[in-house]
Amino acid sequence: MLAWTIYLSFAGALAARLAPSKQAARIVALLTALAGLALSLIALAHWHAGDFITVTRVAWIPQLGIEYHLAADGISLTLLLLTGIAATAGILFSWNIEHRTQEFFAFYLVLIGGVYGVFLSFDLFLLFAFYEIAIIPKYFLIAIWGSVPRDASPENRGALREYAAMKLALYSFAGSALVLAGMVAAWSFSHTLSLEALAAYPFPAHFQMWAFPLVFVGFAVLAGMWPFHTWAPTGHAAAPTAASMLLAGVVMKLGAYGCLRVAMMLFPRGLDPWGFHVLGLGSWREVFALLALIGIVYGASVALVQRDFKFVIGYSSVSHMGFVLLGLMTLTQIGLDGAVFQMFSHGIIAGLLFAVVGRMVYDRTHTRDLNELGPMRLAHVIPFAAVTFILAGMASIGLPGFSGFIAEFQVLLGTWRAFPWMVFVAGIGILVGIAFTWRALIKAFFGERESGAAGHHESCPPISLPEKCGAVLLLATTLAAGLFPQVLTNLILPALNSPLFRGLQTGAWR
Amino acid sequence: MMSYADLLHFTLPEIVVAVAGLLALTLDITVLRKSPLSNRLRSAVIVALIGCVLAIHFLTRAPHSYGLPDGMFVMTPLTHIVQIALLVLAIFTALLARSTTFTGHIGEYIALILFATVAMMFLVATQNLLLIFVALEFLSLSLYILTGFDKQSRQSAEAALKYFLFGGMSAGFLLFGISLLYGLSGSIELTKIAAALSGPTLDPLLLVAIVMVTIGFGFKVAAAPFHLWAPDAYQGAPTVSAGFIASSSKVASFFVFAQVATIALAGATGGGAFHGYSPGWVPVLAIVAALSMILGNLAAIAQTSLRRLLAYSAIGHAGYMLLGLIAHTQQSLSALVYYVITYALASLGAFGVLGALESEGIDRIADLRGLSRRAPGLSFCLLVFLLSLAGIPPLAGFFGKFYIFSAALSAEPHLGLLWLVLLAVAMSAVSLYYYLRVLKQAYVAESPVREPALRIALLTRLTLWTLAALVVLLGCFPGVLLGWIGLG
Amino acid sequence: MISILTFLPLAGGLIILALARRSRDSARIIAFLFALASLVLAILLWAGFEPSTPGMQFQEWHEWAPSLGIAYHVGVDGLGILMLTLSAIVVLMSLAASWANEKQPSVYFALVLFLESGLFGTFTALNFVHWFIFWELSLIPAFFLVRLWGGPNRARAAAQFFLYTMVGSIALLLAFLALFLATGRFDFVDLANLAQSGQILPSIANNLHWAGSPASIAQGLFWAVFLGFAVKTPVVPFHTWLPAAYAEAPSETTMLLTGAMSKMGVYGFLRILLPIFPQQMQQARTPLLWLAVATIVLPAFAAWAQKDLKRTFAYSSVNHLGYCVLGICAVAQFAGSATEKSAALTGVLLQIFSHGLTAAALFWFIALLERRSGGLRGIDDFGGLRKVVPVFAGLMGIAIFASLGLPGLNGFPGEFLIFKGTFPLATWAASISVLGLLMTAVFLLTVIQKVFSGPVNLRWQTMPDLTFSERVALFPAIALMFLIGLYPQLITGMVHGAVTQWVLTFSQGGHF
Repeated sequence: MLAWTIYLSFAGALAARLAPSKQAARIVALLTALAGLALSLIALAHWHAGDFITVTRVAWIPQLGIEYHLAADGISLTLLLLTGIAATAGILFSWNIEHRTQEFFAFYLVLIGGVYGVFLSFDLFLLFAFYEIAIIPKYFLIAIWGSVPRDASPENRGALREYAAMKLALYSFAGSALVLAGMVAAWSFSHTLSLEALAAYPFPAHFQMWAFPLVFVGFAVLAGMWPFHTWAPTGHAAAPTAASMLLAGVVMKLGAYGCLRVAMMLFPRGLDPWGFHVLGLGSWREVFALLALIGIVYGASVALVQRDFKFVIGYSSVSHMGFVLLGLMTLTQIGLDGAVFQMFSHGIIAGLLFAVVGRMVYDRTHTRDLNELGPMRLAHVIPFAAVTFILAGMASIGLPGFSGFIAEFQVLLGTWRAFPWMVFVAGIGILVGIAFTWRALIKAFFGERESGAAGHHESCPPISLPEKCGAVLLLATTLAAGLFPQVLTNLILPALNSPLFRGLQTGAWR
Repeated sequence: MMSYADLLHFTLPEIVVAVAGLLALTLDITVLRKSPLSNRLRSAVIVALIGCVLAIHFLTRAPHSYGLPDGMFVMTPLTHIVQIALLVLAIFTALLARSTTFTGHIGEYIALILFATVAMMFLVATQNLLLIFVALEFLSLSLYILTGFDKQSRQSAEAALKYFLFGGMSAGFLLFGISLLYGLSGSIELTKIAAALSGPTLDPLLLVAIVMVTIGFGFKVAAAPFHLWAPDAYQGAPTVSAGFIASSSKVASFFVFAQVATIALAGATGGGAFHGYSPGWVPVLAIVAALSMILGNLAAIAQTSLRRLLAYSAIGHAGYMLLGLIAHTQQSLSALVYYVITYALASLGAFGVLGALESEGIDRIADLRGLSRRAPGLSFCLLVFLLSLAGIPPLAGFFGKFYIFSAALSAEPHLGLLWLVLLAVAMSAVSLYYYLRVLKQAYVAESPVREPALRIALLTRLTLWTLAALVVLLGCFPGVLLGWIGLG
Repeated sequence: MISILTFLPLAGGLIILALARRSRDSARIIAFLFALASLVLAILLWAGFEPSTPGMQFQEWHEWAPSLGIAYHVGVDGLGILMLTLSAIVVLMSLAASWANEKQPSVYFALVLFLESGLFGTFTALNFVHWFIFWELSLIPAFFLVRLWGGPNRARAAAQFFLYTMVGSIALLLAFLALFLATGRFDFVDLANLAQSGQILPSIANNLHWAGSPASIAQGLFWAVFLGFAVKTPVVPFHTWLPAAYAEAPSETTMLLTGAMSKMGVYGFLRILLPIFPQQMQQARTPLLWLAVATIVLPAFAAWAQKDLKRTFAYSSVNHLGYCVLGICAVAQFAGSATEKSAALTGVLLQIFSHGLTAAALFWFIALLERRSGGLRGIDDFGGLRKVVPVFAGLMGIAIFASLGLPGLNGFPGEFLIFKGTFPLATWAASISVLGLLMTAVFLLTVIQKVFSGPVNLRWQTMPDLTFSERVALFPAIALMFLIGLYPQLITGMVHGAVTQWVLTFSQGGHF
């Protein structure tokens, strides 16, 4: 039944494209997204810990041992839920799109369908196919509907959007080229691409030693790993609100999911020590952990000095995704659990932040410059946005009670065990994260009134109902995940302990 | 010995096509001489369709494998598939030609397409060097004329001349190579050549022959550095001709190249692995492939004309396809066939879209601005074709790439061809950039003034939609085509 | 019962935001009713508490996220009860003081109630994660109270306050994560039991394969946790956020900050550091004592140098909490007599309560003064107020003397017991601290002299005295000061069980 999340999304895309009116397209899109969410929720309700649900499994290209294999374990389901929620919220926050509305929702739903597909695929070929399907709509969403700073000249606006869109597409495609290379190489050994079979296939250790970084980096590009992150801030900033929400909320998770599901699950020996040290690093695991750590601190530090509100959030995504990658590299049960939890949590929170910045603030004030926003004293003009941002910010900096805390908490636990010294650096990263969230909050919403700057905000339209619904949905999710982490950890932990990941369950795993 | 009846029986499909060509020609200059252009075009296309469909019918009814002595005519299931593919491409080409307006000599035009198809059918069905050369020249001649068919256009004439000059020279090289092969082996039949050449050491003269043959075929498949004709020919030729050159002739040339290389030169393969170099045709082709991929894809980035862009991208694709040849395993060859067929479909489709836009004066990439508003269906077809060329799933081009890379990688032990595969993967990532540039104009850029919707002939639209559907279906269910190829 | 208490103010805040956005009257009445109800509940808890029974009472335990060691575990001992009551009283006082708040009253009152909820949660939670939630969440309303209603430099003050506390919190979090990795527990009671039986070091050795001996790792963890509480309390030199925050916050908010929130730090010392890190505390005792002495002496001098009444009392607040730290650190040794230790700790608890009360009252008086002076609060701005506003001067004088530690008032028994216990336990530290005691007297008397005596500043000749309603509102607070000053057994009896427990930790702990 979960497979219908994919089919419905694609069908919904077609229906939205052919919809007679803009309103019809919106409603079609919303219904499609809600249906996807409902399907995931039903699956969640019937879930028993440790389940592995095979949805569809038929031979597809028998000559190459490729199957059409859709299935879900707990990790998949977690991310399916995320996709459903983020997609629904995204549509609610793009209710006001008037320009080529039908096409917008068509591209949007194709993207969603691709994402569902990735999370459900248990054949590497299929997974890769869906992964690439998700890239193209992203390009168009940004290039056509993207937002640019107000001071850009009219002829410059298109160029700025296209620059960001092309950068994102090329980074994604370069990453997927690496993945393709790894996939092709894996196939030439095993002659099957079923993930289950590959996970059990004894690839030679030296092969894993280079295939692992290849595939890992390929996916990690999309997860925003430093130094391959530069697409993320520009892409996020230029994207229309719903697309930024999806980009940060779901698409970056595709990358992280790929890192876990493909790179680490198939080539676990690639994480083993090299047997020698370069610059004090003795394995790919340490290299990537270090990169993740740099990403955490770097992303947060850069976010601290941005003037553009959207860039602040864009860099914060880099920082938070660093926690995902760091959690993965701890190779401990709790660290990986935290990483998956952080994928979910960051997906929701980043979506919320982008919704506030892109939809609630930018669409009303038409500026993203923090220095310009300050004098408008938005906290008084649109208090709902301010409260939402405060709560989202609290969740984002990992205050307990919100999902971000549970996630970072587990990642840090894993890191304590694996790389104790890194915990201190990560702690500094969290602090800087607090600082930039606080700074953005104050500058954007609680600025000091300047003489003569008053009067602008009287024209702000009030927060609309779809916006409120979307914000409440996301806030409720992050709170629910923060207060009842058990729901998700019960999904994730058994999946991590399944035989699929047996290659990782060594050493300090527990 | 064979009787003429047998001969007739075996070559029935080719004969049907040739007759159809003649019929189209005669009808046009006799009965329909005074009719309006549109009627003549319609009847010519219908004749061509009937001919091709009949030929396909006979091909499907023919026994699976049979042949004439001396490798003159060797039919295998694989040849069947390739011939059918050529005929299907010819059908599409004819359908796209239905709405051309540039020439009054309809009969000749359609007839030439059919003759070229006949030449290609022979080309793929023979394992005799002499016949290969004859068929190749027959094909080339037809293509030269097709290229220069637009008599009003200087570009067309220039393109034809260039094509002809380069083609003539490369034919010389090929002939020289063939004669060397004959001299070394004393035979012109591929299997016998292989038997004669199989020795422990490699004759230096054979190496010269290999290089010569490579030059000859490299020209036909437009691989670097023998590609110089391609951009001009693609740009100058009438659109339908260019599409035909880019699709059908590519299929046939690659197939025959593969036959010569894998059958006749089976004993002189050499090694192209990074650490396992040994002389032979594999390393030569590896260099050609690498050059093609790099040059084609990088040069395509700089193009402003859509046709030149497609030409350079074709050079890049030739590089990927050579990869299948270099690996020369059963698997990689079927991957090659799959790739070249799907490539031909997408490429023909792209040229078809261009042809439909030609009447609007759209040639440069920038002219596509706002296309998605003016012709949503057409631009969606363009999207499908270009993304298939770029290798985006679930389109056929993606599976082609995946299969050919996988097959190449598993060909040599210890992933010997990894360097070439990595290069190919990297270059295919580059290729997305320029394909997206085109699509960006079509979908993202909006024209400053609101232009009216484009009117495209129904038949053209149907043809393009069918092509697009084929590209999607072959991408989603590659197993079907693979199953047919796999019989070979 | 405890859960109800914790969530009651939260519900009140939400109700205000939902129903009384526009109306000031209904907002403050709702807020007042909820705060009063909380106080009543706290007193009921007090009444139902069995002082003779050791350990936690009114416990509630629910599974939450077992795989992560998280449980919903609340309970109180004497310390908890004391803190709950104090918080409830201080919040009520603060609400009464801000009765006339004009600026966005509904949001203000809602934030105060949220803060109260956070305080209650912090003082009752017994599982680290659960506790940490409230520890952090109480920060947010406080931050906004300072940021939105504060004085001219509020932006900087609020930022400093927030970031300093966060640094401490992160250190705390990381340390507890490590502790969880070692022991698999987040529960304070469990951890304390492990520490009692000496199992923490072995589990660190078994489960954390880091460089360094288990003892040094434990020492590191101790310092990280200490940092968290030291910032909050604050202990010199981590106090620099405090004067700015106290001075810039509206006085009604400062009442909350000093009266209740600063106690969170001391509470952490008692609830977490003493029971879980006894050995480490003893090893670090000398530097800790130095810090405590510095916290007592330096702010006393600093307070003397201030020209702003609020800053004076802010430093005085640091100074008073320094006594608590001194008492706690002095006890942290395995040698020494149990009587002295229990005296010192009882003193600490008394001091916590009485300082909360006194400081809140003092800032209340400053709020009243500010309202009359139009925001002026420089120590030199006034003079001779004794003659103009005798009742005000008299009552504030009582509060100041209480703060000074005059016998008969609430400040005295606490400080007396602390010094009584500390002298034998850490003679040198106590001796130096006497200097601080002296300076406290000096600067408090300076305040009285400059503000209330001397020639009447003509500007304030028409200053109105306390109104009847203000007197009524102040009366319970003043009465409580006398009550505790004269009858400290009210509290000492209450906390006896908890104190015995800690003393026991340090007599038994010596065995491992």
